[in-house]
Amino acid sequence: MTLIQASAGIDWISIAMFLLFVGITMGITYWAAKKTNTTSEFYTAGGGISGFQNGLALAGDYMSAASFLGIAGMVALHGYDGLIYSIGFLVGWPLIMFLIAEPLRNLGKYTFADVVASRLQQRPVRIAASVGSLTTILFYLIAQMVGAGGLIKNLFGLEYHTSIILVGAVMTAYVLFGGMLATTWVQIIKALLLLGGATIMVILTLAAFDFNPLTLFETASAQYGQKVLLPGKLVSNPWDAVSLGLALMLGTAGLPHILMRFYTVPDAQQARKSVLVATGFIGYFYILTFIIGFGAMVLVGQQVVEQSGDKGNMAALLLAAQVGGTAFKGFIAAVAFATILAVVAGLTLSGASTISHDVYVHVWKKGIPHEASEVRVARYATLSLGIISILLGLLFQGQNVAFMVGLAFSIAASANFPALLLSVIWKKFTTRAATLSIWAGTLLSLLFIIISPVIWVDILHFKTALFPLKNPAIVSIPASFLVAILVALLTKETEAEIKYEEQKEKLYLGA
Amino acid sequence: MPNQNDFRRLVSLRWSVSIAFSILMFSAYFGFILTVAFRKEWLATPVAGNIPLGLPLGLGMIALAWILTAAYVRWANQVYDKKVQTLKNQK
Repeated sequence: MTLIQASAGIDWISIAMFLLFVGITMGITYWAAKKTNTTSEFYTAGGGISGFQNGLALAGDYMSAASFLGIAGMVALHGYDGLIYSIGFLVGWPLIMFLIAEPLRNLGKYTFADVVASRLQQRPVRIAASVGSLTTILFYLIAQMVGAGGLIKNLFGLEYHTSIILVGAVMTAYVLFGGMLATTWVQIIKALLLLGGATIMVILTLAAFDFNPLTLFETASAQYGQKVLLPGKLVSNPWDAVSLGLALMLGTAGLPHILMRFYTVPDAQQARKSVLVATGFIGYFYILTFIIGFGAMVLVGQQVVEQSGDKGNMAALLLAAQVGGTAFKGFIAAVAFATILAVVAGLTLSGASTISHDVYVHVWKKGIPHEASEVRVARYATLSLGIISILLGLLFQGQNVAFMVGLAFSIAASANFPALLLSVIWKKFTTRAATLSIWAGTLLSLLFIIISPVIWVDILHFKTALFPLKNPAIVSIPASFLVAILVALLTKETEAEIKYEEQKEKLYLGA
Repeated sequence: MPNQNDFRRLVSLRWSVSIAFSILMFSAYFGFILTVAFRKEWLATPVAGNIPLGLPLGLGMIALAWILTAAYVRWANQVYDKKVQTLKNQK
């Protein structure tokens, strides 16, 4: 291969902008590293993040490249269906606000297992909660890594393997040296870049339609038929839509890397403010993505989007090139890359805190904390998770990313959410009920996904699936609640009831 | 110690409000999802020109999530926090 051929696939503007982003964030990591010595600094930036900053960081954690490029692509190809997805991803946030943000802030320290275990027996609850957390995190991480590899190959012309190793190495550096402080600032910068870039793209797109989104939708409908403004292929099986809807709504409230962020703010009031800010920005972002998708449908054309491959994932970038030229496309590509890095860093940090805080301190060391060794274990865990995520990224190359995200949400909703909610609101909740419901939620999600069409038919090549739906949530969430409630009614734990009363003041008054 | 009766009333008020808000969000969203799943044709009703009902309804869901979240924060900051402060002062 000659030099010219080799450089033809590489987008130098994107790479320059991406290097700038990595340079700046590495600078922040260096600054944060000097301030990160204790466990509380490593896990929660010492609780010194403001509500507004944390809201932006939450939005940053949640707005993944998969949702930016994936939903824009889905809208470009299928129209309205993309909006149904976006709404599902948003409606979990108000529930976090109403049900768990304040209890989490007032009762916990570093992980959501702190809250569940606070009035129950530490060891069994921690073990189960760690399994629930780590399974959720690993599936989410695989989805992001596999998505990243394919995306970077498309964006920069780098090889899949090189991309995965690059992403793994940079995100490990953020977390390893800068802990929560660096991770938070990476999220904030990325959230601002993503929201800013998407806003500019929407303005440039709407300029072609007299700044009236309705004209854009009507043009799309005139060009491709009214079907683009209506629910379509996504809901070919109505129960699938319901099951996915459940997983998305309740799963958000069980994602460990999101729950962990409530410990970075000083009090319940700031925790509320952060959810409000996050909900505002995430909703705004999904409206932008919807317009970007329709922009790509009309200005780029469905055929071109479809031919660009990767299930429409390139729609946003094609539109960026169309309305803003090569330099703007480079900017958006760099933002997408930054988005991937920030999301995997947040996931890795929450995985590391689960391993060091829940497993090492509370299970292995029986709850006797030792500052220095806990931070050391957290750093080893980060390094291991970095290596594991690179290996999994390589192993799962070419797998369907969407189903793994759906699975991560389903496990989060079935394993983590019921135990967390019931331990906060129900005095008679017991250790056995919590652990069994977490185990049931995790295992049933996994079992039902294996016998669903996605694995049973598509991968194992059996003729018909034993479970007809693609997402297990409609079975696994009610089952997990049922197990939790039945077991709690059948067992009695006086000590847990006493502790429930004791910690009530802390829970409601924040004192 | 804060007055136990006042405290108990605060706790039950907090959960009544939280659960009312949750039920509102949950039923609105599931109303939407069930319509999408089982009564697709309703969403095709035209509202303005070529624009079908599904579009304002979908964007309305996003607006509803904002409104409910903001309303809860307002309640918590103005009502709940004040009651918490009163109870804390009793200590």
